[in-house]
Amino acid sequence: MLPSDLKPEQFNGYPPEARKLVSSYVSALQRLPLSFLPNLLREVIEYDFKFPAERRALERELANLNSLSSEQIKDWLRGFAQIRLSSQLENFDWVNAPGQFVEQLSSHLWTTHQLDPFRTAALAYADRLRAVVPPQPPPVPRLGITVIGQGVAAHDEPLFRKLRAHGAYFSGVKPDNGLELLLSVVAARAKEHPLPYAHWYIDGGQAAAHDPTLTCVSYHALEPVRAALSAKIRIEIQRPGMGPEALRTHLAQIRPADLGFAKVGDAVLDRFQVKMLTEGSGTQIFSTTFAQWTAREALRRAQPLTLLVRFASRQRQKPMNEMLSASREAAELDPLGSLIDADMGAYYNWLNLQRLTGAEQSSFLVWFEGHNEAIAIGPSLPRGTVSNAAAGLEQLLSWAS
Amino acid sequence: MGSSLLPACLFARTGIPAGKRKVVVITFGGGARDQETFAPEGQEYIPHLMRELIPQSTFFTQMVNRGILGHYVATASLATGVYETINNFASLPPAHPTVFEYFRKDLKRPASDAWVVAPSNGFNRIGESSHRSYGPGLGAKVILPKHLLTAATSGGGPDYEHLLRDNYETPFHTPELAGSEFELQQLGMMLKLSVDDFKAHALTLSSPDELSVYIVRQLMRQQAPSLLWITMHDIDIAHAGAYSLYIDGIRRTDRLCADLWKTIQSEPEYAGKTTLFILPDFGRDSDDDSGGNGFQHHRTGDALSRTTWMMALGAGVREGVVFDRPMESTDLVPTLGSMLGFSASLAEGKPIPELL
Repeated sequence: MLPSDLKPEQFNGYPPEARKLVSSYVSALQRLPLSFLPNLLREVIEYDFKFPAERRALERELANLNSLSSEQIKDWLRGFAQIRLSSQLENFDWVNAPGQFVEQLSSHLWTTHQLDPFRTAALAYADRLRAVVPPQPPPVPRLGITVIGQGVAAHDEPLFRKLRAHGAYFSGVKPDNGLELLLSVVAARAKEHPLPYAHWYIDGGQAAAHDPTLTCVSYHALEPVRAALSAKIRIEIQRPGMGPEALRTHLAQIRPADLGFAKVGDAVLDRFQVKMLTEGSGTQIFSTTFAQWTAREALRRAQPLTLLVRFASRQRQKPMNEMLSASREAAELDPLGSLIDADMGAYYNWLNLQRLTGAEQSSFLVWFEGHNEAIAIGPSLPRGTVSNAAAGLEQLLSWAS
Repeated sequence: MGSSLLPACLFARTGIPAGKRKVVVITFGGGARDQETFAPEGQEYIPHLMRELIPQSTFFTQMVNRGILGHYVATASLATGVYETINNFASLPPAHPTVFEYFRKDLKRPASDAWVVAPSNGFNRIGESSHRSYGPGLGAKVILPKHLLTAATSGGGPDYEHLLRDNYETPFHTPELAGSEFELQQLGMMLKLSVDDFKAHALTLSSPDELSVYIVRQLMRQQAPSLLWITMHDIDIAHAGAYSLYIDGIRRTDRLCADLWKTIQSEPEYAGKTTLFILPDFGRDSDDDSGGNGFQHHRTGDALSRTTWMMALGAGVREGVVFDRPMESTDLVPTLGSMLGFSASLAEGKPIPELL
């Protein structure tokens, strides 16, 4: 089936809000090339479980496509229209399974050496969309905080090497009650700007006491979910004919209830957490990977005003099947390796914060938990500088803002 | 015909007839980025390559892979000189003739003269293609050290599991073996290793790549193949997202490359007549591409993930020379053809003139 054959009733299988949204745009969707449309529908079908920022962006994108004339559509999507697809892809049920279609499209693009033109077309479209429908600026400058090195007494290598050129390095930080202080700053921002999913606390270990207004995700709290997922994976990989692609498809179909989430919960956040474990690579086994990937996805999707990420020690590397097993024995930890992971993770958190609107006004702090070292980045802080002066974390945040 | 293909300049430079010359190729089946290797900030992770090997090598700064960025299919492309499109995760032979088939058919070499030591079970078909003019019986023997260890230990056991990690791209899956795999009974015949010695030595090793290098050394001593290809894989732990483990993999690979070079120089069958090639199969995603997650994967197809480096050193190779012009992964096989004296007639790449 081609997009021109689309009919409203074909979206009857979509969740209610997604169905309602898409019903207004069927005629616009009929004009889009097949190499493009399922990528859009992959977002639409998840509309009911999206964060407010994602919903707004999707609504504006659909409205923009609807406003374009046929000639403009051709102009905007010329690169996509030139992608050659197989009849197998054309016959795929891309309306009801757009995610699986996109997986197969990706494989087709690599195999037929069309990935580069597709990539060029996608980048051109994104640039054009951003110019016409610019992302909305945040109501207040964003703040990112990353806490690294939990449980590390000392280390040999210098920290924050990738970030130092962008901010001020402090070696006289007062560490007392540092985490509590940072969480209180985050909570104060949440109270001052009470928007849904705008203030996050992600912990790679066990979450510290925090204000309930924060959106909190922790690796420790998800332990039963991770165990349930590992058990499912172990069963699936024993099935005859189960290959990597089939397993990925299976994982993508897992829902919160399948992993023991309560039926009455936060459907959006529950779905987000499941995706962290089913779509992220390494998130099931390494807490540092979980914290970094969850922060990346929270920034990309929810576009929060405030994000505090605290890394904890991950388990030491072992064979994959052993790491996936549901052993009750406490895993041996690798604090120094985790510090290196987290240091890089902090850099990625900053990069991902920089990709959001208002980046030039945002501030960012990384603190070596329990120690005197931190780096602060912000519009009013000089770059590439070093300070040995004694300073509290609150002062650093104030200087960075 | 073979010797007539050897450029006169190469013979003059090496003084080694094509028939006596040997080539060892090391690929990293786990792409490594410049910033963690040869860029200034990455050089601390590769002290052996920097201080010992680079000064002796001709170094190419831009080796571009325009094919599919999956490790098996990319290694198959390196070995055929054609951008293969086989399923990266299936146990399938390359569609085009491999360097091993050209080498053996053109030069009438025995099966014992071309070997592959490969990291994961998915690589067991890399030795010979499905091409109708080549294929079965004309390829390289493939050793999968982990498969060998599993067989030797009757399924592994807790003491060996750290050496039996398989594909990091799909960590939950180990493809079932099919095709011309190395038989356990050949452990003694080919490698002259008793099962007990093999098991005892394996206990002293810390990673699958160390196991591979151990097997390579044994192979060099016992079989001395003229064409030996080893693919390492420890770096690909990066897919699990732990930066420290990725760096550990790079450091280990750096050390193992230097160890292999020392072995080449010290083994009488190899010393002075061997050319060594070292190259990652491709790079990894850039930190700057929002579609990826930096070092963790190689999925965006951006320039950084497609571009890597290659070094060549040893017989016939100029020392301390750097070339910045871009070349392609598919150029390796025709270059090996020109060096060893066979024609890679179906390869898409071109011989690298700087090495001939």
